Amino acid sequence: MDLLNALVAFTNFVIVPATAYGAQLALGALGVTLIYGILRFSNFAHGETMAFGTMSVLGITALFQSWGISFGPLPTALLALPFGALITIALVLSTDRVVYKFYRKVKAAPVMLVIVSMGVMFMMNGFIRMIVGTDDRRFADGARFIIKAREFKQATGLNEGLAIKTTQAITLVVAIMTVAALFYFLNKTRTGKSMRAYSDNEDLALLSGINPERVVKITWILVAILATIAGTLYGLDKSFKPFIYMQLLLPIFAAAIVGGLGSPLGAIAGGFVIAFSEITFTYAFKKVITYLGPDGWKPDGLVQLLSTDYKFAVSFAILIIVLLFKPTGLFKGKSV
Amino acid sequence: MTHVVSQNEQSRMRPPKYFACMALLIIAVGFFESWNSALFILNFGLISAIMALGVNLQWGYAGLFNVGVVGFVALGGLAAVLVSKPPVPEAWGAGGLQVLGALVFGLAVIVGAIALWKRLSGSKYRGLILTAFILIGFFIYRAIFDPAVAAIEAVNPSVTGNLGGLGLPILLAWPVGGLFAAGAAWVVAKTALGLRSDYLAIATLGIAEIIIAVMKNEDWLARGVKNVIAIPRPVPYEIDLQTSPWFLSLAERFGSDPITASTIFVKLCYAALFLGVIILLVTAMELALKSPWGRMMRAIRDNEVSSEAMGKDVTKRHLQIFVLGAAICGLAGAMMTTLDGQLTPTSYQPLRFTFLIWVMVIVGGSGNNWGAVLGGMLIWFLWVQVEPMSLFAAEQIVDIFNIGPDLEAQIMKRVIYLRHFSMGLILLLVLRFNPRGLLPER
Amino acid sequence: MSFLNAHEMHGGYGKGPNILHGCSLSVEKGEIAVIVGPNGAGKSTAMKAVFGMLEVREGSVTFDGNDITNLTPQERVRIGMGFVPQVNNIFPTMSVRENLEMGAFIRTDNVEETIEQVYELFPAVYEKRNQNAGELSGGQRQQVAVGRALMTQPKLLMLDEPTAGVSPIVMDELFDRIIEVAKTGISILMVEQNARQALEIADKGYVLVQGANAYTDTGENLLANPEVRRTFLGG
Repeated sequence: MDLLNALVAFTNFVIVPATAYGAQLALGALGVTLIYGILRFSNFAHGETMAFGTMSVLGITALFQSWGISFGPLPTALLALPFGALITIALVLSTDRVVYKFYRKVKAAPVMLVIVSMGVMFMMNGFIRMIVGTDDRRFADGARFIIKAREFKQATGLNEGLAIKTTQAITLVVAIMTVAALFYFLNKTRTGKSMRAYSDNEDLALLSGINPERVVKITWILVAILATIAGTLYGLDKSFKPFIYMQLLLPIFAAAIVGGLGSPLGAIAGGFVIAFSEITFTYAFKKVITYLGPDGWKPDGLVQLLSTDYKFAVSFAILIIVLLFKPTGLFKGKSV
Repeated sequence: MTHVVSQNEQSRMRPPKYFACMALLIIAVGFFESWNSALFILNFGLISAIMALGVNLQWGYAGLFNVGVVGFVALGGLAAVLVSKPPVPEAWGAGGLQVLGALVFGLAVIVGAIALWKRLSGSKYRGLILTAFILIGFFIYRAIFDPAVAAIEAVNPSVTGNLGGLGLPILLAWPVGGLFAAGAAWVVAKTALGLRSDYLAIATLGIAEIIIAVMKNEDWLARGVKNVIAIPRPVPYEIDLQTSPWFLSLAERFGSDPITASTIFVKLCYAALFLGVIILLVTAMELALKSPWGRMMRAIRDNEVSSEAMGKDVTKRHLQIFVLGAAICGLAGAMMTTLDGQLTPTSYQPLRFTFLIWVMVIVGGSGNNWGAVLGGMLIWFLWVQVEPMSLFAAEQIVDIFNIGPDLEAQIMKRVIYLRHFSMGLILLLVLRFNPRGLLPER
Repeated sequence: MSFLNAHEMHGGYGKGPNILHGCSLSVEKGEIAVIVGPNGAGKSTAMKAVFGMLEVREGSVTFDGNDITNLTPQERVRIGMGFVPQVNNIFPTMSVRENLEMGAFIRTDNVEETIEQVYELFPAVYEKRNQNAGELSGGQRQQVAVGRALMTQPKLLMLDEPTAGVSPIVMDELFDRIIEVAKTGISILMVEQNARQALEIADKGYVLVQGANAYTDTGENLLANPEVRRTFLGG
């Protein structure tokens, strides 16, 4: 029985990666939930928006690197992020102008907008692949680790190492900053409050003199920023591969629905619920259990509940359970 | 009055006209490229048309939003393997029954959990007891399942490593594929129907991912990513034809060399089979649409609330139609795997088998079966043809600007994605300017 | 000329048939005017026509001496009309205070004073100021809704069945509040289902039948009118 080593192993393999992944999902789900709350449709193009944002950051990063600009131990991508977000904002705003605006004018049914977003998804998908291709790209430079497993072992004298990647720490810090800024905006500023009002009760918001087109515009800007940050953090932590971003759509939607569509707080909670379940259910607990069990005893198998390929099944199962028992999500979302 | 008549006339003449244009497009491919390419487009176009029919049944008749088409198609493919491949007796001996036993046990745990949940209503410890029950059940299941799977997968892994199928005629796999898909659809519908439309969409998206994950990972079932090849055919093999005297004389009469003739003959056989299925399906669906059942369906779609008030069981009708639509997608999936002669789980991409099918339905005209068929054929044609066209265009442009071979290779590698871009563009243009599609619902 | 004067309005929703067939309403400063009538008489429609939520095809609406027949509802809010819809009249996931702030969205000056006034008028609103409006009881919600509409400092407040679905005690309380509002010099135009109680507090009553005026008199006189009593007030 070695509680400390078990705890370190669990932290190293479950808590740390799940926290980073959860923050990434939460930021993605925030974008989905904002669009749902204000524009009232499920945006299937959100994964591609994240990929586009990341691609923009990737391009600016390469440009900065070619100019010899770097961010010391931090990845250059962080410097490039605001510029990438600007490009993404330009893209989503023009998409809204050219594509979505028309359907608001004719007051199309929400499901129509979902189908429209499929078309946008296809176009962005093709565009992104034409620009960067489909290869795996790593763009994290700077220091790789904040805490290295070996150093941790030496410092603590434990068998188990604890490694925290720079990208994981950055993910968490940037995510907390982003969410804090977003919530400050939504809860404390006049414009942010008008967005919530519009999301709550469109007709009354109109009566109160809130300009819907302005609300929609600001929503898209926020969504573009969130998508760029979420995509970039995910890309830094793992790697940038356009295909993966489309696959992220499922856990992101699951997170948004589990939290309650339209509820920003719910999106964050949902992101972490999904991330922790995915990683816990697919982690092989052999090591942890070996430490916890009596000395010299070892479990036979890997003690892995599901193979990692089934991580989508986990988000899906959580989604179904929540839908069955609490259809509006953990934090009461809205239903259209 | 005459004006009205002529307009009716016009809309009645539209489908044959459009289908004639479609036929011309395919024939043009035959003349300018090759008849093999033309028939390739035709066969896959017909299969796509069937998938579009399935989605159209759900969306056009009932307004149900299914974005898990790829999963149902994949299940059809699985059916093709499980029905037609010969069984692997060694694998069955190694652990076949044990795997089946494990699956039955797993099912029993789920059923038990549901029963327990109902029985324990009101108990404070309901959640806790149930979690413990499911966890224990899961570990027992894994204890039975894992060794059996390991044993099966160890049997001649480079060729089989799975249980094989039933060794029955492949044509039987088509309805079975429909049944598989219907089963999965029933489970989805039971949980997500009656909730909001977006939730159904996400639920179908999820189940599709899971189905494909299972097919990629459960090697004992259909070899996972090692693929299953040499699936039996319902039509003759080219090699056999090339040695049959009757066929050689037939080829001679057409003045064609036997090898080309045999490939075309095989494709024609498939085309005939597929056409038969389509005619059967469209007839059945048109009849159903005109029946009281079809009228009720459309009434429900157009006004759910009032239909419900009139005593129609909307959720039950939706369940019915969702399962039927998925079954058609499964059927198409089995047909496609039959045509391919192999099962490659990695080829089931949502973009290709879910979202592209949606483009077909919308472009063709949602709510119209002929529209779905036309949309299926046309969009498939474009999907195939946009790639060489964009490559050709890119070559012309690249030739003008003299750039290095590296860059040129890069451009050539990427320009093919113009195909995704153009499909999105087509969808958006149709939605904006002709939202009722090429052949609108009558 | 009355403060608000809707003259011979004809109109209906969208491209639909006329619902109003020559309906006239007028309200003086600081007066409470109540529209009553049987179901389907076009009471709410008449009020929405005054507020510009449907097309007035014939007739005119003047407010404070200006013709406003062709203004949008938003423009009418700007010139001093407040409207409290019958349902969905609050922002449920926002706090009560935020509801009031949103009511004042078009104002660019300091709104604190108005918020204080609303708090004074509706102590229950003050008490619940930090709670989400969606969590309040029916009567409290209606108070928030009225408070929200008062935030633009309107000269005319329009209420669409403010007491629908609340208990008699809450109804009396609401009517008391509405009288208070009128005392501050704000004109009130109100549609009410509870005709008798509403006419009791009304300076002026309109009985609408099939989109046209059937009886127009002071609230007191209408209550005393045997024909009105028999036909609309149940004896």
